[in-house]
Amino acid sequence: MIAMTLVSTLIGTLLFTLIAPVVGCFLAGLDRIVSARMQGRVGPPLLQPYYDVRKLFEKERASVNSVESVYVGAALLFALLAGGVFFSGGNLLLCVFVITLSSLFFIMAAYSTRSPYAEVGAARETLQVMSYEPMVLLMAVAFFQATGSFDVGAVFAQPHPIICAIGLVFLGVLFILTIKLRKSPFDLALSHHAHQEIVRGVTTEMSGPTLGLVEIMHWCENVLFMGWIGLFFVWGNPISVALALLIVVLVYFLEIWIDNNFARVKWQFMFKSAWLVALIAGGVNIALLAFL
Amino acid sequence: MAFASKSPWVIHYDGSSCNGCDIEVLATLCPGFDGERFGVINTGNPKHADIFLVTGSVNEQNINVVREIYDQMLEPKVVVACGICACSGGVFHDCYNVIGGVDKAIPVDVYAPGCAVRPEQLIDAIVAGIAVLDQKSAALAAARKGA
Amino acid sequence: MELSLGLLGFLIVFPLVVAAILLVVRHEAPRRVIVCAAGIVIGVASVALVVMNLGATCTLFEFQSEALDFVCTGISVAIAAVIIGFAVRYRNPWAAVLAVVQIVGTLVLEFVFAHDIEVTYGLYFDSLSLLMTFIIGVVGSGICIYAVGYMEDFQAHEPAGAPDRRPLFFALMFIFLSAMFVIVFANNMEWMFTGWEVTTLCSFLLIGYTRTEEAIRNAFRQIIMNLAGGLGFLVALYSCALTVGTFSFYEFLAIGMSNPVLTTLAVTALAFAGITKAAQMPFQTWLLGAMVAPTPTSALLHSSTMVKAGCFLLVKLAPVLHVTPAAAIMVMLVGGITFVLCSFMAISQSNAKRVLAYSTIANLGLITACAGVGTPEAVWAACFLVLFHAIAKSLLFLCVGTAEHHIGSRDIEDMDLLFDRMPRLARFMMLGIMCMFIAPFGMLMAKWATLVSFVDTHQVALILILAFGSAATFMFWAKWLGKLAGIAGAPENVETTVKPTEWASLLLMAVLLVLSCVFLPFISVFTVEPYLLSVYGTFGQDISTDNLWLASICTIIVVVVLFAGVGRNQKSRKVSVYLAGVSRDDDSRAFQNALSGTAVAQARNWYMTDVFGEKRIAPVGVVFNSLIMVVAFVVAFVVTPMFIF
Repeated sequence: MIAMTLVSTLIGTLLFTLIAPVVGCFLAGLDRIVSARMQGRVGPPLLQPYYDVRKLFEKERASVNSVESVYVGAALLFALLAGGVFFSGGNLLLCVFVITLSSLFFIMAAYSTRSPYAEVGAARETLQVMSYEPMVLLMAVAFFQATGSFDVGAVFAQPHPIICAIGLVFLGVLFILTIKLRKSPFDLALSHHAHQEIVRGVTTEMSGPTLGLVEIMHWCENVLFMGWIGLFFVWGNPISVALALLIVVLVYFLEIWIDNNFARVKWQFMFKSAWLVALIAGGVNIALLAFL
Repeated sequence: MAFASKSPWVIHYDGSSCNGCDIEVLATLCPGFDGERFGVINTGNPKHADIFLVTGSVNEQNINVVREIYDQMLEPKVVVACGICACSGGVFHDCYNVIGGVDKAIPVDVYAPGCAVRPEQLIDAIVAGIAVLDQKSAALAAARKGA
Repeated sequence: MELSLGLLGFLIVFPLVVAAILLVVRHEAPRRVIVCAAGIVIGVASVALVVMNLGATCTLFEFQSEALDFVCTGISVAIAAVIIGFAVRYRNPWAAVLAVVQIVGTLVLEFVFAHDIEVTYGLYFDSLSLLMTFIIGVVGSGICIYAVGYMEDFQAHEPAGAPDRRPLFFALMFIFLSAMFVIVFANNMEWMFTGWEVTTLCSFLLIGYTRTEEAIRNAFRQIIMNLAGGLGFLVALYSCALTVGTFSFYEFLAIGMSNPVLTTLAVTALAFAGITKAAQMPFQTWLLGAMVAPTPTSALLHSSTMVKAGCFLLVKLAPVLHVTPAAAIMVMLVGGITFVLCSFMAISQSNAKRVLAYSTIANLGLITACAGVGTPEAVWAACFLVLFHAIAKSLLFLCVGTAEHHIGSRDIEDMDLLFDRMPRLARFMMLGIMCMFIAPFGMLMAKWATLVSFVDTHQVALILILAFGSAATFMFWAKWLGKLAGIAGAPENVETTVKPTEWASLLLMAVLLVLSCVFLPFISVFTVEPYLLSVYGTFGQDISTDNLWLASICTIIVVVVLFAGVGRNQKSRKVSVYLAGVSRDDDSRAFQNALSGTAVAQARNWYMTDVFGEKRIAPVGVVFNSLIMVVAFVVAFVVTPMFIF
């Protein structure tokens, strides 16, 4: 049994590296088309995100320093590892920690450029991490309470979907998901809409292939986060995976809808509301599970 | 196949325009004309942009800004002069403070005259720019292979 | 075993001898040789003791001496006399009163109540002591070696004609080490108490080292709070003498586990002593005040010694706390509240040493909370928190001290571009910072275990505290890390004048840090688990070994990225940063403004004072924790039978 987890994580990471960018790319393309339709436009082709990234890799290699791309590379690597840990049925808490490490490298990449705009973005990104981190940790705790294990694979041994036990936590995660997916109104650090951005936040100095890596990282992250959402709806029945996928699609649609209907808020609102939601939704649910 | 033509990200800079052309540039990206059909996205950042849309003429105050934005864009890149002022200085060409069209500051690839320039014409200009972008991209790839 | 006992005695006596020699050596060169040699000897002896006894369970040594008892009493009297002397000189009535109470209490205890109590097994060690031995012997002496170069710079920065008190300084450092060894090896609680008081006095003198008004004030704050803690210890000793009937720590813990009612008061009082030593709220101010001391003292105080003595005591008490609800709730809540509030307040600080101080208090709070939970899993976490915190914090304090001497500031905002100006030092600092708050480094692995233990014991409040506290921790470390990571142009490299002894200890800490993070599973198997097995009869590791190895692999990746990946060689074309207009000077971020003048873009970190300011947060913790402790003591007095013998 020794090293089984290591091997499964390695395999999981490799598979995630191959599959997640493809899925994430389609998701991003769909996102843009649906957004355009909501705004009464036709929108770009489905493969537009793929074209964008391919173009970015064709661009000239230029950067403000030698380390930015190294940090971004590390961020991508750890995002992939987090995905691998999650989808190989590994430890949910480890997945959360590794994706936080990925965020940290992304933040450091922005700080290393010493560009005032990137620094503003990085500071906001740090704040975003601080805002959503409690809820994410509480999600892992609640998952443990519901299944008796931190291993993601444990859901398949459940008689019911875990949402039955941790519905409040699901709502809390839904709230901070908007921050994690970088959707308006919580896209403080880096927005996909030029009209509500100070230059380009965290990625101001990232260009060409480095920016391409950032895009790929976002695709993978999105797949991982949607995996978290799906986790709530999976149980011992194989059909449940289909249900989880359906829910994931609905949730993503909801996020697009939110993105298109709300303007960016101030950091105070984001921070306070995210902590309040974590405290109430997470705290109440965990207390219920602990004492009932 | 070069992907530059499939994803032309633009940056818009208002030199000394009366704002007529600026409004048209933004209208190009609005639902009525939907530039995103061709992958056009308005970025606020020269480092991310492929196509530089300049409106208004060049003068002593803005010539360095125009040059700096151009320099900060990564190869391959294309410049579109939007509106007659950007093309030649337009009605202001002989003003005491006007140096002339954008080509006095940086190399211009596509001229889109008009007062103000229409979204349809802008889309045409961007599509023309895309062709130039493809050529430059191919040249860059060849140079990289050769190097 | 003979050899182990010999080493153990050597570790206690040798630093005292060195201290005595250092007190009379007035020249730089011989002092340097003595300190370095002694540091290496202590380090080697500690490692030898640890390696020889890997996986040891509790080993008691038959060792008693009437004479030593009297020596201990004599030392206590001397300490009190010194404190009273200073209190009279600087007109501080509180310190004098506390010292008088303590001296009277000690004498009455020794000659009236404790006269008949004998402890056959005066010394002992177990795997937890060995873990502490490693920290004191290796990290502590590393700090002493670092101090040689640092104090040379420090003296050079002093105004001309300032008295050179360095002999006293170094003597105190070594006495400190000796006292710490006494605390971790003494099974006789009276001896332990003496070591406890010696560390209090040493840090009093070290904090007041510069004799400035501020230093004196902070030194007295420290001494008053720790004397109060010392009184707690004394109350525990009285309770032991009257109710439990033994001064053997081992027996005391055994009785406590089987019959907690008897020991409730003693445990509560000891926990109180530990809480003051560990600078938990409302006593956090003494540790903040200790910032005025020269850096090696801060490092020693913070990481390896004084505060860890408090943690050590609390962790030792953990099995008893597990069955003593009143004291356990006090320890848990005080620790938890301190953790979350101090993490919040750290966000609002820009002084690097204050950030480190708050983060120290916060982490000690977490250790305290773990001790309060008292399950094997929680103690496993606490042990690793102690270990990683000791190493990482020392590294950080040493880095900040060196940076302060070379850039002339300890403000985080002034550490802009440190990556360029002091490339090696900045990387060490970044390593230390990352180890403090981010997976896959040891500290976060320990936090992970902490979380699991909280969940297992249904401590909802502590789970919430940990979740929010960790988020705040991310904020204040990440923004500091970001400041360090900045790169622009090629400013002058100012680290060429860093002393070799400073590099040596920095490197030692960094290597220790990486090794201990990578080989965490081994440390668990050979040190922490044996201790838990000997105390609880069960293992405490709640994270699968595979996941720990996964973290080790990630650690290696991060270290490689930090030390090999981020170099100066740039393959891509170098471009300037975007400044929305015409740049004038890229390195200083100057650009042409609307009036054709030059403006400089500045970016400062966020401190969020209106949310996390000290003025808002600190009173909450002080009031809550004081109330909790008062209630706990009332309960303890009511519950515990006073006289049995």
